[in-house]
Order: sequence, then C-alpha cells, then structure tokens
Amino acid sequence: MKGYRITIASGKGGTGKTTFATNLAAVIGKEEPVTLLDGDVEEPNCHLFLNPSIVSTEEVTVSIPEVVPEKCTACGICADVCEFSAIIVIKDQVLIFPELCHSCGACWRFCPEDALVEKKKPIGRIERGTASGIRFVHGFLNIGEIMTPAVISRVKEERNNGDICILDAPPGTSCPVIEAVKDADFVLLVTEPTPFGLYDLRLAVDMVRQMGIPCAVAVNRSTIGDDRVNAYCREENIPILVEVPDDRRIAEAYSRGRLISEMDEAYEKLFRDLWTSIKELAGKNKTDGSISERQQAP
Amino acid sequence: MKELVIISGKGGTGKTSLVASFAALAKEKVLVDCDVDAADLHLVLNPSVEEESDFSGGKKARVLEEDCVACGACLEACRFDALSVPEKASESGIPVVNPIFCEGCGVCFRVCPADAIAFEPVVNGRWFVSQTRYGPLIHAKLGIAEGNSGKLVSLLREKARGMAEEKGLPLILIDGSPGIGCPVIASITGSNHILVVTEPTLSGRHDLFRVLELASHFRIPVSLCVNKWDLNPEMTARIEEDARKRSIPLAGRVSYDPAVTKAQIAGTTVVEFTDGPVSGEIRALWEKTAQNLGS
Repeated sequence: MKGYRITIASGKGGTGKTTFATNLAAVIGKEEPVTLLDGDVEEPNCHLFLNPSIVSTEEVTVSIPEVVPEKCTACGICADVCEFSAIIVIKDQVLIFPELCHSCGACWRFCPEDALVEKKKPIGRIERGTASGIRFVHGFLNIGEIMTPAVISRVKEERNNGDICILDAPPGTSCPVIEAVKDADFVLLVTEPTPFGLYDLRLAVDMVRQMGIPCAVAVNRSTIGDDRVNAYCREENIPILVEVPDDRRIAEAYSRGRLISEMDEAYEKLFRDLWTSIKELAGKNKTDGSISERQQAP
Repeated sequence: MKELVIISGKGGTGKTSLVASFAALAKEKVLVDCDVDAADLHLVLNPSVEEESDFSGGKKARVLEEDCVACGACLEACRFDALSVPEKASESGIPVVNPIFCEGCGVCFRVCPADAIAFEPVVNGRWFVSQTRYGPLIHAKLGIAEGNSGKLVSLLREKARGMAEEKGLPLILIDGSPGIGCPVIASITGSNHILVVTEPTLSGRHDLFRVLELASHFRIPVSLCVNKWDLNPEMTARIEEDARKRSIPLAGRVSYDPAVTKAQIAGTTVVEFTDGPVSGEIRALWEKTAQNLGS
C-alpha cells in the first residue's frame, strides 16, 4: 500500500468528508506512515480536528502577464489570443484582469514584440506540519481568487511516495473536485441517505467513472433517511464499505473539533475496519487493471 | 428589483432546504439555483421545464489525426498536461487531447504548424427555465467533469434578471454553492444582499469567517442565520457574538429538526411539510431577511 492515494469526495457538501479523512488518517497513522492533505482549499477544516503544529508555509502562485510598456505597440494580438477575456486593448493601453487569467501563456507566447512577460501572482498558500504521527499539509485559497485548482494541485505536489496519502476534496463535481480526484488510486465517496445526498452521489459517481478511477461509498448518518442510496449502489455495483448511524456523539465531537475515533473505541474499530476494506478493494483493483474491469468489479 | 443570495461557506449547513421554504414564503420572485455542479433545489420544487438550452462556456481542442505531423509542438506548449501520446500511438507519435484536462486556452491550436488541431465550442451543460408551484425557477445541470461553472452561474443570473424585469417581479432568490471560489463569486457579485447560513460547529464558524471576508471584499451587505443552532448552543452564542462584533445583523436561528430531512424525502419544503416550531422559525427568519433586504 506504499504511496497509495485515496481521495475522499462527496458531491453534496456537509456529508462528512472531513470526518472520514481525519479519522481514517488517525487510525492509519498508528500503523503506517500517512499524509493527510486537505484539498478543500476554499474552506479547509481538517486542521480543526488534528491541530497540527505547522512547521513551514509556502506561497502558491500562478503566472500572469505583465506589460513591458517600452516594447508594447498595442497591436491587440494578446487580447485576440486570450480565450478568457483577461486582456483587453483600448487605444494604446493593454489592460490585464489577473483574476480572469488561467495562466495558459498564450499572450506572452504570441506577443510579436516580446512585450509581455510572465509574472508570479500569489493566490494562496500551503502549510506543512505534523499531528500525532500524521504528516499534514493543507492549502488556502486567498479571498476573492478563483483559481482553486491551482492551489489544490500545489497541495498534491506534497504527496510523497512512501506514505499512504489521504486527500480531503472539496464538495461538488466541477473543476476543483476534478483536480482533487484525477490522479487518485481510489476514491471514497461519502454520502447521506437523502434525496440531495443521492442526487449528488450519482453526479460524483459519473465523474469518477469518467476518469476511470475505482470508487466505493460510505453512507454517513445512515439512519436519517431512506434506502434509495443503498438501492442505487446495489444497481450500480458500487460497494458500500461502511454505514455510520446518525449519532449525537459524532455530531458533538465534530462541532467541537474532536476526532470520534479517539473518543470512542467502537468508532476507532469502525474506521480501522474501513481501512481494511479499502485495502482489500485496492488489492483487487491492482490485479484487475483495466478501467472497464474496474467498473464492472462488484 | 432585488437579488438575495443564500450561501454558507461550509457545505451541508441547510442552504437549499431554507431556500425552498423561502420559495414557499416569498410572494413574487424568480428562483435561481446557482449551485450548478450539485443542484438540488429542483428535488423539492418539482419544476416542469418550459424552456431549455445547451450551455457552452468555452472551446476545447481536438487533434485531427489525418493532418497531424507529430511534431510535438502542442505537447510542449500545453500548460495543463491535456495532450499526450497514448501508448498505442507511440509509433505514429500522434497525440490526443484529454477533454477533462483541456482548459480551452487554444495555445495548441495556435502553435500547430499543420492546422491539425480543431478548436471548437463545446457543450458544458444545459440550463432550464421551469415553472414551479412557487413561480419560475431558473436552473442548470453542468455536464459531468465539466468546468466553467462561474460562466454558467452568470448566465442563469442574467436570465433571471431578464425574467424578473419582463414579468415585473421584485425579487430574485438565489441558492448559492459552498466554498468561496468561482461559482460563489459569480453568484454574489452585484447582488443586493447575502444571507449566510452557518451551523454551530468549529468548521461552520471557520468557514463563515472566510465567506464573510469574501462578502466584504465585494462590498455586499450580509446577514447571518445559525441553522441547527441547538446542536451546540455555546458555539451558536460564540458565532452570534462574532457577528455582533462585525456589525452583521442576525436574521434568526433555526432549530435542528428531523422534519427537515423528512420534508426532503417527501419531496417538499419544510414549511409545507410541518406546522411544528421549525416552520415558525423559518417564517420568522424569512420575514427578518426580507426586512434586511429592504423589500
């Protein structure tokens, strides 16, 4: 399992991704080297449960263009090649809107006068630390910035090959989630048995399948709703690895930033068993290999 | 015409359930579900679609195999690792574009010396104008693994404004998405008021601060609601104190009540589903929010 990459995702927000990521990391950390990466960089929360001591911080930057006025002839080619409307040229002025820039490099690549240069712009930061045997990394997107995937990508660079790496993904199914999921070996989808939970789970499953990554489901607060999530998973042959009942003790531990697996032996066992199930599935997927086989695997 | 946006920072605090109830309580309005990558409002409002259309937020590249000279210029130019030569094409050296990674920047198309890359608009999703028992709903479905959610949100808001003007409706009620990124920014810019729905947890409080900063960055007035407040009354008190210090008006508290989930399962709104105390709290929250909005 060395270097195994697990992403915890969900579709719907608030289903318990962070609870699963932090508690899983805590139980794995007792036996094997583990890194927990908080990739929900718009609203990172894992640190609230693990209280890591942060040992280093690094700025995350993206490339944006800067005009060299002496060279610019205001020909307008930069604005023409920018697909993101991040540059406009009015009369002899080049106006750059850095928050719209996707750092593709088209403008400085195609500028005939070399009048645009690549400049680094900070959009967030990552912090590294440790928390009771867990290597810990999280990222923060600066307020008002939109390039969430760039910060997630930087967080992922902190994965090291020796550790089991658990990544807490943002909610949803669009670009930031794709960034968090795309190079995972396995995705655990945390859902709840409600119509919203099910609808968003379907979207998440479609997304993960499109990327050809094996996944399984954890049903959180399994006693609050109906059995439509279970029926869906049966039909789609998606294994449900664990069902966690709605328990006020979990809600309270969560509200206070505590780890349920450290407060209650039954829950420690639950997360340990979940880890065992993930390892078993991972073993199967390694022998299966191809994407289509992965998807058909029960 | 006023635009009210409901956001939360943290996901799962109960935004959509509250918006659905507001839909039942507010008189004349257009509803918009701007949580385009996990839209749930339609699940309790049972819309009948009256108009629908493709959404194209940008272009994507595609290699034209017959024209490709396998020079590798595109591979070198792409900053998103969207182009690669698959193992089975290692002899020809002809690359393919992975549409999931393609950012739609067009650099490959422009550097290709053989005109062997097509760069065309792609459909990223669909948007709908629907009728519900509480008035028109503008909503969308972003395609699987598609981007451009911010653009789609802007499109929905534009449609909603057009409809509100045309029908003389004074309010646009917007269900936002979690987080503080692209779709959230697109949901709130230029709106009149934000209601932030949080929950009394350490995470809820942490995420609330980030979302308040975002609102203040864009200079949009905010009020606050603590949902499921009785799950941790001390944390609720702390959050409300935080709000007072920042001069943020409190719009109300809503209790934790299993009826909220039951209403969702029944496919209806909380205020229609139960006459219990939670519905009273939501009504009070709505009245206060409408006051804060100044409508």
